[in-house]
Amino acid sequence: MPEFHLLPDAAAVSATGFDILWWYEVAVAIVMTTLIFAGVFFFAIKYRRRSETETPRTIEGSPLLEITWSVIPFVVMLTFFFWGAALYFHNQNPPADAMNIYVVAKQWMWKVQYPNGVREINELHVPVGRAVKLTMASEDVIHSFFVPAFRLKRDVVPGRYNEMWFTATKPGRYHLFCAEYCGTEHSGMIGWVTVMEKKDFENWLVSGGGEGSMASQGQKIFQQLGCSTCHLFDEQGRCPNLKGMYGSRVLLSDGRTVVADEAYIRESILDPNAKIVAGFQKDIMPTFQGQVSEEDILELTEYIKSLAETRGGMFTSEQTGPTTGGARGGSIANAGQGSLDTRGTSMTNQPPRAEANAQAQDASQPAAPKPAAPGGKR
Amino acid sequence: MSTELVDRVDSPVNYLNATSGWKSWLFTTDHKRIAVLYLISITVFFGLGGLFATLMRLELTTPQGDLFTSDTYNKLFTMHGIVMIFFFLIPSIPATLGNFLIPMMVGARDLAFPKINLLSWYLYIIGGIFALTAIVMGGVDTGWTFYTPYSTTYSNTFVMPAVVGVFIAGFSSILTGLNFIVTVHKMRAPGLTWGRLPLFVWSMYATSLIQVLGTPVVAITLALVGLERLFHVGIFDPAIGGDPILFQHMFWFYSHPAVYIMILPGMGVISELVGCFSRKRPFGYSFIAGSSLAIAVLGFLVWGHHMFVTGQSMYASMVFSFLSFLVAVPSAIKVFNWTATMYRGSVVYSTPMLYAFGFIGLFTIGGLTGLMLATLAVDVHVTRTYFVVAHFHYVMVGGMVFAYLGGLHFWWPKITGRMYPEAWARFAALVTFVGFNLTFGPQFMLGYLGMPRRYHAYAPEFQPLNVLSSAGASILAVGYAIPFIYFLWSLKYGEKAGNNPWGAKGLEWETTSPPPTFNFDHTPTVTGPAYDYDNREKEEGGEIG
Repeated sequence: MPEFHLLPDAAAVSATGFDILWWYEVAVAIVMTTLIFAGVFFFAIKYRRRSETETPRTIEGSPLLEITWSVIPFVVMLTFFFWGAALYFHNQNPPADAMNIYVVAKQWMWKVQYPNGVREINELHVPVGRAVKLTMASEDVIHSFFVPAFRLKRDVVPGRYNEMWFTATKPGRYHLFCAEYCGTEHSGMIGWVTVMEKKDFENWLVSGGGEGSMASQGQKIFQQLGCSTCHLFDEQGRCPNLKGMYGSRVLLSDGRTVVADEAYIRESILDPNAKIVAGFQKDIMPTFQGQVSEEDILELTEYIKSLAETRGGMFTSEQTGPTTGGARGGSIANAGQGSLDTRGTSMTNQPPRAEANAQAQDASQPAAPKPAAPGGKR
Repeated sequence: MSTELVDRVDSPVNYLNATSGWKSWLFTTDHKRIAVLYLISITVFFGLGGLFATLMRLELTTPQGDLFTSDTYNKLFTMHGIVMIFFFLIPSIPATLGNFLIPMMVGARDLAFPKINLLSWYLYIIGGIFALTAIVMGGVDTGWTFYTPYSTTYSNTFVMPAVVGVFIAGFSSILTGLNFIVTVHKMRAPGLTWGRLPLFVWSMYATSLIQVLGTPVVAITLALVGLERLFHVGIFDPAIGGDPILFQHMFWFYSHPAVYIMILPGMGVISELVGCFSRKRPFGYSFIAGSSLAIAVLGFLVWGHHMFVTGQSMYASMVFSFLSFLVAVPSAIKVFNWTATMYRGSVVYSTPMLYAFGFIGLFTIGGLTGLMLATLAVDVHVTRTYFVVAHFHYVMVGGMVFAYLGGLHFWWPKITGRMYPEAWARFAALVTFVGFNLTFGPQFMLGYLGMPRRYHAYAPEFQPLNVLSSAGASILAVGYAIPFIYFLWSLKYGEKAGNNPWGAKGLEWETTSPPPTFNFDHTPTVTGPAYDYDNREKEEGGEIG
């Protein structure tokens, strides 16, 4: 029988930050509860009925007192609010150099895939001291990725990508739970997060590779589904050139612009007419809904990412702006497919750095945001 | 109205014995009889929901799922939730005590729409039959929240009967709320100004506003669930073009205010109890009354705090977090005012007051843990865990059920004309308090440790706290069983209650126990403020006739 802990493991930066806030709030709650209990007991005893005929005088109330006991607790609550919001904000915005790992949830398992092609089920291996970003999709119902030792959870919602990120601090094995009820085996949809020393992790990662990187898998799918007949790379096809597309701002036929991120790619595969690039026509591309799994889409996305430029900044530029969406806009340094271990060593470098990119040979060509050109004529 | 009254002065005829036979009950339009019908029905549902809870706690004494299959366990917690929330908590105080007391408290002979009142009970029963049908056919496993797309596409259980049952019961709730609003506006006795209304009426008024404004939204939501489940219209399931998060917005737009439907009436009861058993007008009457309305309004603006980890915009989350702290202020005002009411009062520890003490303490804990959940970063870790389960049981059981039991003891003499055995009642209140804390206290710790809710089997290190919780549940069950027995016993053997055994103020105490069919022999005229315990208005004589 495993030993009983009164406190959960804390194995990530987010957990340490959480616990300080947590114990502050617990302390406030205990003080407040004690005050109320003490008040109730004190008054109940001190003013207990001593004779059946006593009639206490009415005390109407006191606006001053009412304001006092509204404002003071509210000020304390504001400390809860601001502290909690600041921490939440931080936990919602992955750093640009976070290592990307994909998670696909389905009834009732967690499928994890690394850009280099390593796959695991109900296991997630991460290195210590490195920001890790999970991009998560669900194949069926809502699940929730919950690692108590990190004090983090994020729902995994079908039809969209949800992200979470963390920096693990302590090697070890930690529970991974599904926290959103998802059907029969909900309580069996559990696994382990293994936090490893960096060296161990890199060894583990290279030894595990299977059928090639996600990008190369994606490239195969890209060919199989015939995407390459319209999405040409060296000339204008019937559909937008995808080279350099990822992470850029795209002008749409209705005048809006969107950032070509994972969500946009996913939507364009499943519902191509939703956002037509300016200068292109509707109904050229059929939907691939039902033909591709979430994993296929993630591999295609990795492939398209790998077509992205060496980051030079042209596509993302400053309009992506305050990068509120986190890593999306300008994050592409690490989006380039391929060897995680390379990036592992380079993470401290500045992002704009040409990473050897297998697929994107001619770096110069797609420099201009393709779609913007025809769009400009509108 | 008074001209139609039959003179019943000194007559033993009351609403219970005025007519007899089952038809006189099933076709009654007397608000008091309808209240009794509700009392019996919700007690049946409470027993059923409690049975499901008992079975769950039994299963959870061991980490392995060994007593039931996963499917059965999932159905148990789903049906526990559906039954307890829609068929016990939401109608509990409004439909029983509210139905019984509001006309009397405002000095009227009945609610504004007596037939609609009966209709609401029938709707409740029809809804209940649908829910029971779902259970008998094999159960539902979606959770009481019916989250999509699980409920619309993936669940192979009897979702539709349950959804239809909740849908229909919702109309019962709307009609009750409507009836109360009109009654409070139009049927107040001469001289009973808004500022003289009992605080229970204020809180029921606020509750009714939520019922009328919020419940239609859940009806729409459930109708859409049915539409998608039966006809595959893509609304919530992304595979057919829907948005599962949309469901959560719509569901919580009702279901968060519904939390206040469940707690505001309890707050109203506590205001009455604390005043009566301190023999003193509640401190800060207008602040207690106003805070009920503030809760009703603000309660509509915080639904998104159920969705901090769904991927909703983090700026939206921040707004919802802030507003959730704001809604805590009026609740805090009430707690402070109840406590202050005892200051220089004449406090007596009768059973209803013991429940009020329990309410104040447990609701405080429920509220403070609610503040922790409103804190964005904290919510991320403990939401969807046993911390949330513990939190809402402190509010719903420690709060609402304690208030309900306190109110039931307080008005039992008025409803039945009989007293219950005081010693047993105090003992039961104590047992309930201990059992409750032992059941749900450990669940706060389980949540912090990371045990997700709705888990049939769990990691072995969670076992000790789960065993404690199950042990507590068995004590809690005893705490509920004792009042059930002595209330039944008192119907026949209880001491006869006088018109006003507590020396309480309020129009309901000025008529006989049990009251005559039309409550008062003459329409009362009110000349003084509520809770005039020290008779400041003595010279004006603010009593019946």
